[in-house]
Amino acid sequence: MTTTEKAPEQATAVVPDFGEDESDRKIAFVASKGTLDMAYPALVMANAALGEGIETHIFFTFWGMDIINKKTMGDLKFTPMANPATHMPAALTPLPGVTTMATHQMRKQLEELDVPDVPEFLQLIADAGGHLWACKMSVDMMKLTEDDLFDEVEGIISATDFIELIEGAQTMFI
Amino acid sequence: MPVTTIGGKEVHVDDEGFMTNYDEWDEELAKQLAKNIGIDELTEEHWRVIKFLREDFSETGETPTLRRVSTVGGFPTKELFKLFPKKPAKKMAYIAGLPKPHGCV
Repeated sequence: MTTTEKAPEQATAVVPDFGEDESDRKIAFVASKGTLDMAYPALVMANAALGEGIETHIFFTFWGMDIINKKTMGDLKFTPMANPATHMPAALTPLPGVTTMATHQMRKQLEELDVPDVPEFLQLIADAGGHLWACKMSVDMMKLTEDDLFDEVEGIISATDFIELIEGAQTMFI
Repeated sequence: MPVTTIGGKEVHVDDEGFMTNYDEWDEELAKQLAKNIGIDELTEEHWRVIKFLREDFSETGETPTLRRVSTVGGFPTKELFKLFPKKPAKKMAYIAGLPKPHGCV
C-alpha cells in the first residue's frame, strides 16, 4: 500500500462471483415445531437459500405439520410460557391472554419488518422453486389427507423417502 | 474503494464488484453489466424491473429485496427467477448499479 492518493486501487475481481449456474449445493430443513417463532427460522432460511440458487427442501413433521395444515397455518401461536428468553416473570406466562398478547406482538413486529405471514411465505418459497414435503407418519397420526394441506406441498412422503431425497444436502433440524 | 473500467467507463465498485455510485450508472453500462454475468440480452421485462429497482433505491436509499420487488414493484417471484436465474436479488442489483441487498426476506 502506498500513501499517495492518485492511482485508485484496481479491483482484481470486478465481476461479482455468482457461482456456477449449475451448483450441486442442496439444503434441507426438518420443520418439527408448530409455533410461530419456530416456523419462521425454517421459512426465512429456506427463502434465503433459494435466493442463492440452492436446491431447497423442507420436510414438515410432527408439530411442524401445523405450518402446512390449512386449518392452522394462518393462526400459529407464540407463547412466552417456559421461554426465559422473553424475560417475562415466569409465573405470569401461564395466565390467560398472555399467549394471545405475545402472538399479537410478534406478528406486529414481523409485519413491521415486512415479513410475510406463514401462508404467503410458503407461497413465496414455492414460487422460488422450493420443495415442500409432508411427513407420512405425522399425516397418518393426525388423520389428515392431502386436501388438508397447503396446495403447494409436493407430496406426503416417508422418512426414508426424505432421507433418499436429501442425499448430499446440508440439513437443519428445527 | 476500487475503480474499474466497464464498457470503457471508469466506475466505482465495492470489493465484490457491485457499483457504489448511483450516478455513474447508465443504460449502456447496464447492458455491459448484464453481459458480465451471463445475461446477454436485456428484454423489456428486464428493463421494467431494473427501472423499478433504481426508482425504489432513490426513494428509500436501500436496494429493494426480492420480496419488495415482487410486492411493491408487482413483479411475480417466479418471473424474477426466470429473468435473473438462480440469484435474482443479487443479479438485479448488480445490473441496476446498486449495492447488494441486505434484507433477510
